[in-house]
Amino acid sequence: MQYMILIHSEPFDAPAPGDPGFEELMAPWMEYKNKLVEGGHFVAAEQLQGTETATTIRRANDAGDTIVDGPFAETKEHLGGFYIVEAKDLDEALTLAAAVPIPAGSLEVRPVVPA
Amino acid sequence: MLALLAHRFGLDVADDAVQDALVEALNWATIPDIPAAWLYTVARNRAVDRVRRDAAAARRLARAAPDLLPYDLDDEEVTPDMIDDAAYSSDEHLRLLLLCCHPALNRDTQVALTLRLVGGLTTAEIAAAFLVPEQTLAQRVVRAKRKIRDAGIPLTIPADLSLRVDALLTVLYLIFNEGYLSRGSVSGARVDLVEEAIRLTITARELLPNNPEVEGLLALELYARARHDTRFNGDELVLLDQQDRTRWDGELIEQANGLLHSALARLRPGPFQTQAVIARHHATARTAADTDWPAIASAYSMLLVMTGSPVVALNRAVAVSMADGPDVGLRLLDDVTGLDEYHLYWATKAELLVSSGDVDAAAPAFARARELATNGAEKQHLDRRIAELHGY
Repeated sequence: MQYMILIHSEPFDAPAPGDPGFEELMAPWMEYKNKLVEGGHFVAAEQLQGTETATTIRRANDAGDTIVDGPFAETKEHLGGFYIVEAKDLDEALTLAAAVPIPAGSLEVRPVVPA
Repeated sequence: MLALLAHRFGLDVADDAVQDALVEALNWATIPDIPAAWLYTVARNRAVDRVRRDAAAARRLARAAPDLLPYDLDDEEVTPDMIDDAAYSSDEHLRLLLLCCHPALNRDTQVALTLRLVGGLTTAEIAAAFLVPEQTLAQRVVRAKRKIRDAGIPLTIPADLSLRVDALLTVLYLIFNEGYLSRGSVSGARVDLVEEAIRLTITARELLPNNPEVEGLLALELYARARHDTRFNGDELVLLDQQDRTRWDGELIEQANGLLHSALARLRPGPFQTQAVIARHHATARTAADTDWPAIASAYSMLLVMTGSPVVALNRAVAVSMADGPDVGLRLLDDVTGLDEYHLYWATKAELLVSSGDVDAAAPAFARARELATNGAEKQHLDRRIAELHGY
């Protein structure tokens, strides 16, 4: 089965590529991705820009669209990225999700509807 | 004999069946012509009963949730007939229990699902036990089954069982209580949940031999089981202080004492051990008047800190009133919130008011308790108390 791991966390000041500390920040993420690939679990992964860059289209029934600045919902933790992993069951998916190297936040595990 | 039966039924079932037959033999008035043959027949019948009960659990599961079956029915090696035999063992029960108690399901759902799939209760019975509308309960079970299927919650025993133990024990205890309360009432349990819960707890203890809370739960269940037969007069509930203590099962109480002793020696206290301590105080008091109420009240205070449960606060108020008088108990009861729909809250309040001499205030509290009670034996008991009240 495929599961999406949605990473929700509070934004934090991270060093940009090339800045000191950037390599250290990225190392555990590289390691995590390598483990997923080696274990045959990796399907896809993306990191998203911050919610300050989000734009939302709100559509009401028969009333057309309104384009608004900001994310779908104003929450303290927001969606920062995701992985799609291959796992044999929810227990394995939860084990994989628990290894995502965020210091704090929430990891939502959702099964992907099979094609 | 054991080997003969074990070949047919598997060792565990055969062993239990032979034990049952030997216990029955102790009650022989006259010796049968061929004692060994008689024993074999009894043991075989017991084994068949047990296998049937296990098979019935599998059939309930097949009916309730075919997609949850631990066997792939398309697999040509496995036929549906195979599920109807002794292979559906306590191990399968435990797998199923662990599935029902999976942390991906919330506690209410774990309880409902376990009672439905493992206990075989109807949604109406479960709803009545947990003070929720039947519709809510039914939806909870449907949602749970859908999540198990769609999210891929596995039917396996995890490597680290300890993470799942608390939920499992709570669920077993709730099953036990459900059976304990409905025993003796005409409208009571179709399945003997008391025996089922004890059997599952024994299995859990075999799998988790060093866990003090498992021992505590088993001790608690055995203390309660020891008093079981004295709790009803016909269909009516008999309260603890009125029970015939000479008929309590001393052997079970000894077993429970041993388990609790072993648990407490591990120095890892928990709510089930604490409840077992309370049960031990009751079980080992020679008369109701000998009961060590201050010790019970302090155990309830510990339990309240551990659980924060309003039902525990209610019980603590009762213990304190026994130690320090009904007025102190009533004051504690005033601080208990969230039990307006719980019949025992009102029954307790009524009894404390009677004890404190305020019979007028007790009448409406009894009436409210009677209105909320769903168990036949409890209703009868309340009816009698209400009738007696007119005599004061």
